Amino acid sequence: MHPDQQRTSILQRLHMDAPLLIALLITAVVSIVTVYSASGEDLGMTQRQAIRVGAAFFAMFVIAQIPLDSVQRWSLPLFSVGIVLLLAVLLVGESSKGAQRWLDLGVITIQPSELMKLAVPMAVAWFISEQGLPPTLRRLAAAFILLLIPVLMIAKQPDLGTSLLIACSGIFVLFLAGMSWKLITFFAVAIGSFTPILWIFLMRDYQRQRVLTFLDPERDPLGAGYQIIQSKIAIGSGGIEGKGWLQGTQSQLEFLPERHTDFIFSVFSEEFGLVGVIGLFLLYGFIIFRGMIIAMRAQRVYQKLLAGSLTLTFFIYVMVNVGMVSGLLPVVGVPLPLISYGGTSMVTLLAGFGLLMAIATNRRLIHA
Amino acid sequence: MRRRRSTIRDHHAESALFGRRVVVALVIVVAVFGVLLGNMYQLQVTEFQSFQTRSNDNRIKVVPLAPNRGIIYDAKGRILAENRPVLSLEVIPERVQDLEATVARLAALLDISVDELERFERNRKRERRFEQVILLDQLNEHQAAIFAARQHEFPGVSIEARLVRHYPYGESLTHALGYVAKINQRDAQRLKEQGLAANYAATRTIGKLGIEGYYEEQLHGAVGYQQVEVDIHGRSIRTLAIEPPIPGQDLVLEIDIALQQKAQQILGTTRGSIVVMDPRDGAVRAMVSQPSYDPNWFAQGISVAQYRGLLDSIHSPLLNRATQGGYPPASTIKPQLAIVGLEEQTITTDTQIWDPGWFQIKGVNHRYRDWLSWGHGWVNVDTAIVESCDTFFYDLALKLGIDTISEHMVGYGFGERTGIDIGEESAAVMPSRGWKRARFNQPWYAGETVSIGIGQSYWTVTPMQLAVATAVVVNKGTRPVPRLLRSIRDAGIELPAVHEQREPVQLNNPAHWNVALSAMEDVVSGTKGTARTAFRGAPYSSGGKTGTAQVRSIAQDEEYDAEAIAEKYRDNAMYVGYAPADEPEMVIVITAENVMGGGGSVAAPMARELMDFYFKDDTAVVDNAP
Repeated sequence: MHPDQQRTSILQRLHMDAPLLIALLITAVVSIVTVYSASGEDLGMTQRQAIRVGAAFFAMFVIAQIPLDSVQRWSLPLFSVGIVLLLAVLLVGESSKGAQRWLDLGVITIQPSELMKLAVPMAVAWFISEQGLPPTLRRLAAAFILLLIPVLMIAKQPDLGTSLLIACSGIFVLFLAGMSWKLITFFAVAIGSFTPILWIFLMRDYQRQRVLTFLDPERDPLGAGYQIIQSKIAIGSGGIEGKGWLQGTQSQLEFLPERHTDFIFSVFSEEFGLVGVIGLFLLYGFIIFRGMIIAMRAQRVYQKLLAGSLTLTFFIYVMVNVGMVSGLLPVVGVPLPLISYGGTSMVTLLAGFGLLMAIATNRRLIHA
Repeated sequence: MRRRRSTIRDHHAESALFGRRVVVALVIVVAVFGVLLGNMYQLQVTEFQSFQTRSNDNRIKVVPLAPNRGIIYDAKGRILAENRPVLSLEVIPERVQDLEATVARLAALLDISVDELERFERNRKRERRFEQVILLDQLNEHQAAIFAARQHEFPGVSIEARLVRHYPYGESLTHALGYVAKINQRDAQRLKEQGLAANYAATRTIGKLGIEGYYEEQLHGAVGYQQVEVDIHGRSIRTLAIEPPIPGQDLVLEIDIALQQKAQQILGTTRGSIVVMDPRDGAVRAMVSQPSYDPNWFAQGISVAQYRGLLDSIHSPLLNRATQGGYPPASTIKPQLAIVGLEEQTITTDTQIWDPGWFQIKGVNHRYRDWLSWGHGWVNVDTAIVESCDTFFYDLALKLGIDTISEHMVGYGFGERTGIDIGEESAAVMPSRGWKRARFNQPWYAGETVSIGIGQSYWTVTPMQLAVATAVVVNKGTRPVPRLLRSIRDAGIELPAVHEQREPVQLNNPAHWNVALSAMEDVVSGTKGTARTAFRGAPYSSGGKTGTAQVRSIAQDEEYDAEAIAEKYRDNAMYVGYAPADEPEMVIVITAENVMGGGGSVAAPMARELMDFYFKDDTAVVDNAP
């Protein structure tokens, strides 16, 4: 055995980044504790959440073991498979709540848009890293088209929230790759002028309703605005120290809808107050910071871009969810990452962190 | 090309560019977290007072109220299903100091079983701490009195009155009426998908089978709401507004419970089924399936052991034999087969054949035996029905061919659901070449067609199908859809149920109906009729046809000996009949499984007894109901 190799810790040999792993484990504990309270002390639901957390961590662990060369090589094929599956969803998908997102493969039902949350940044990062940074205008344009196909397909399901998040993950790659500020300004203006088109042609009634309600929740206090008002009451009445675990009246008395899924942050804020919120923000901040460090230290451009994009997408999740439940953003149905009750998003997120882990430990092994 | 380009990449410059972008991104991240935190500060510190007040004021809850389920009556106004107030002992865990000790004391005081305690534990974990959980489902008066005297010792425990579905006639009517039972996860899922979840917000039970299941929508009613003010712990203090639930509609059935009970009593412990139907409009007067079970078990919450017992019973009490039992029709379908033969001009009323007591396909050694081993001698279509000659129909079936028979018989309703208004119904099997190919991927054999002639082989029917097929003959073509529902009562208004008909059977020569009908009358009254003994001296005219179905095939030279063979291999005795002969108002189908004897000796006397009851005195009630 090489003497240097002895110094690499067990965690590193398991392709785990210790600081990131610890932060993620703490978040998982917070999730289970909060789900127990938000579900009305439902042990069954809490148990299911714990099992999902376990499964998601297992997925992260498995993915962290995949050699990065393979990840890079399989970026485009995976993306292509995703496109085919999305096409299948649009043609034969299962409908739920007025949207087709699921594909029934007989044995399992899958949600191809979840796969795309990883496949899109992988494919864009692969495409950009084929050339040097910063990318040429032609390559940028091609990357945009590559990105636009899945985004439009998912928007068509319709799942506007997910399609925008996936668009973000691709745009982050381009931003990190050094897309010029001139272009960024141009796109910002373009998107601004695109908004009316979005409103009139692409958005469904329920989506418009959400935006209208967001702009003035009191407009419809018993209908769509109810969620936001109740959520703000929950957060506000938590005060600095919070009402205590299991003591949140807003959530325990069931005034707060979807309190264990999208609105779990309100339950958390009501019960743990501003102190708890600061703690949670620090935890999220640490995870994002660590992710960016991993991106900086990565050896290859592909790895840098992928790690950076995954981390920033995670950040967007936090921002959108916290923003929407506290009344800063419209309600778009994005769960609080790693905390909300539910399996699919948890697995996808931790699979992404698995890639980060692989990137983090890959670098160290080379140095060792 | 690509490789050369990558070699001239400036890794250092790339890293620096990436690093600058990461820094920009991190600045944005920190700024966004700043904004989010600022907003949280605004909500939780600056506006804290206002939100705290609003949170405390947040005291108005909407509580759903369950509607009362509709009552079900029989044709003469007797109650078949009602809602009875039942006392239950309920606990609000949050208000009990030491739950474990309290429950233990109550268990000793009221003699609560371990099963019930376990159920309480399960339910308690599911409910919220300030919601009521049932500890003891049905208190008897004695238990209620004991608890009432010492109620002050048990804060948080109270006796509550709830309405529970009750079926006064118990197992007499289970298969027609069905039952209600607790809404399970599958029901809840279905209600959600149908958008009915809100309407069931306060409802605990749902109709599962029979009439209760089929007319769930009518019986259930609409949910009501009351707005209540709750305190900080979520307990209701007072009612602010109320929107009462709309009770479900009452149903009146065509069933005559007296006739139903008589039919049940006639079958006794014999497994089988009795159907009585009005051929004119399909009204089902009686529908018995034996053995049965007590639907109140389900309405009150069946125990696992009870349910296992029903599921595992070799007598299949859960099966509704009248509509789900697939029986070989045996000789009961000979009248219809005769009509098919006449219509296809395969035979005429003058056609005679010689019956030596067996039938052989030309060139095949196998002998198909007649039930009369020495043979009927010369028989025509009339005597073949009256004496139930097998050889005549072996010959006829073979000449007609399976597909011709099948095509005609589908018109009488065989191989199709009758469309009766309960969900539990089987189409049974009307075989054909195509069916056998699809089912077994095998060709059809001529020998099987021969057996079809006496209603055996793959052919199975439900008693309800037999009732319809008999009604078609009696009606000379009209085919009614059996109906249990007579009318719906909604707020004093009587809405009669629609009695439907299916495509009628039309004959080229309608006189052929009379050939079958006159033969069926001779079955009952002719000197050689197979049911003449059973119907001797009946004060009304009637027609019918006996049938005896082999459950096990008998080897070529073996003699059938009912006493010697196992009970489950004994013959099924069948009888189809109608009365009065000139203007029939009832058809009857008797199916008695695995009996000593056949259609003539077992089933026909049963039919006679029930017909006597039907015509003697409509009003007499064998009322053993509480």
